[in-house]
Amino acid sequence: MELMPIKNPVYVDLWEQIQQQFPSVVSAQEDDYGMLTLYTSKEQIIAVLRFLKKDKHWQFIHLTDITAVHYPLELLPFTVVYHLQSLVLNLRIRLKVAIGGEPPEIPSATTLWPGANWMERETYDFFGIQFLGHPDLRRILNMDELEAFPMRKEYPLEDPNRVDKKDLYFGR
Amino acid sequence: MSEHISEISTNKPVFEDNDPQDELITLNIGPTHPATHGVFQNVVQMDGERIVSGVSTIGYIHRAFEKIAEHRPFYQITPLTDRLNYCSAPINNMGWHMTVEKLLKIEIPKRVQYMRVIVMELARIADHIICNGILGVDTGAFSGFLYLMQEREFIYEIFEEICGARLTTNIGRIGGFERDFNEIAFAKIEEFLERFPPVLTEFESLFNRNRIFIERTAGVAGVTPEQALEYSWSGPILRATGVDYDVRVQNPYCSYEEFEFDVPVGTNGDVYDRYLVRNAEMWESLKIIEQALVKIKGEPTGVFHAEVPEFYLPPKEQVYTNMEALIYHFKIVMGEIDTPKAEVYHAVEGANGELGFYLVHDGGRSPYRLHFRRPSFVNYQMFAPMSAGMLLSDAILNMSSLNVIAGELDA
Repeated sequence: MELMPIKNPVYVDLWEQIQQQFPSVVSAQEDDYGMLTLYTSKEQIIAVLRFLKKDKHWQFIHLTDITAVHYPLELLPFTVVYHLQSLVLNLRIRLKVAIGGEPPEIPSATTLWPGANWMERETYDFFGIQFLGHPDLRRILNMDELEAFPMRKEYPLEDPNRVDKKDLYFGR
Repeated sequence: MSEHISEISTNKPVFEDNDPQDELITLNIGPTHPATHGVFQNVVQMDGERIVSGVSTIGYIHRAFEKIAEHRPFYQITPLTDRLNYCSAPINNMGWHMTVEKLLKIEIPKRVQYMRVIVMELARIADHIICNGILGVDTGAFSGFLYLMQEREFIYEIFEEICGARLTTNIGRIGGFERDFNEIAFAKIEEFLERFPPVLTEFESLFNRNRIFIERTAGVAGVTPEQALEYSWSGPILRATGVDYDVRVQNPYCSYEEFEFDVPVGTNGDVYDRYLVRNAEMWESLKIIEQALVKIKGEPTGVFHAEVPEFYLPPKEQVYTNMEALIYHFKIVMGEIDTPKAEVYHAVEGANGELGFYLVHDGGRSPYRLHFRRPSFVNYQMFAPMSAGMLLSDAILNMSSLNVIAGELDA
């Protein structure tokens, strides 16, 4: 991947510090909309999150969101996306971890934020991503009997076997 | 609490009640209990009047909006956002429009931004009216609710004048509004600014220093700022703990940086503080609407959308007579417009907190992935842990003041 240089000086500082702390964090990129994205690995993610949260200067204490994106054609098909916010510096960043395997596994962030609990349950519910160390990884919005993980791209929006929605009934 | 939850497996009763000597009883609050104000369930284990532990079950009205959104063009996703927090649908609509406009880098004329601010602040007032009115009902005082409900009805009349709908408004379009505010709409907004303050004053004088209300709410479900941030809270309930985080101030959108308003904060984070913060926010919203009305007068009249023919549907009569309009109409409806391959996260201050839209776009007709960061969902997860040790009647008030909207909880 070709990376654009980071323009925002605050992000440059942050990226330099992260590189010092975690030499093997893969890369960082600032997008057109002024948001820094850090790409890291599932081995590193908790350490990076802990650094970002606990660091006296950066204080990314607000875990805004955890979700995932499914790229079925990629080698590592699932990307777990974290949005963090530093209320003191008024700064938002995005962290991405690409994972593969079946089931895909990643350590849970509940050790750092109890509030990650439901966000990770939701992500598990829809993508089947196992958050290792999560205290209560159950489905949250879908019914317990559901066997599939419905936000995966291969899961159809509608049941293709439905017989009550034939096109001819709708003049198509 | 947490070790108890880990024992629960799927399709088993949450609590086993087989021991006749057991002192604890299991109580189902919901899924259709009047106290939950929506379809979600709490199974609590109680020792007399006190809750020992509880488990929240949600998802009863999950409608797979994120999956549907992957199959819809941008403009057809707006009605889905209506149905998130249906008490303040216009904020969701505007948040979604702004997310797409951020992705497409569309500049919105100032007048449209002020119009949006008016609509969003009206929606915020309507939402806070519900929450505080119902909080009064849950403490046993019905009259405050009735006085306020009349004003919410009036806000809905304004929405009706602006877009034709009341609850699920589908207000605005990508790039602006579908039509200008008419004279009646402006007149009604001004009438609202006159008639609402006395009602709100009356409501406050009914509750603010009311001994019964204070005894029922003050000190109930107090939350420290540290706890609130650990649980990723946002919105009025976070501000009630003393953290002055408001998206309108931290990351201003829609020209909020031009408006003079305060961010009310509480100290204890209890039900009473949340009530006070919401009331204070209604006053601030009134201030913002007043300023927006003045600012609109300084802008050229008749501007109600940005000049983005690639994304804003032309008027229907032009489609039949004008070649350009026909082309753009076709291109928009068939999804033939080039869009950037990018990712945006846009947050607006919803009535319950930070409402975020994470949009991953691959340049296609519909989003590759759309995730709603729903404040009710994030705020509500603390409810079960914090209810342990609480009286049942206090827990009901706590739930009421969290203002959990089932549509936003389940998406």
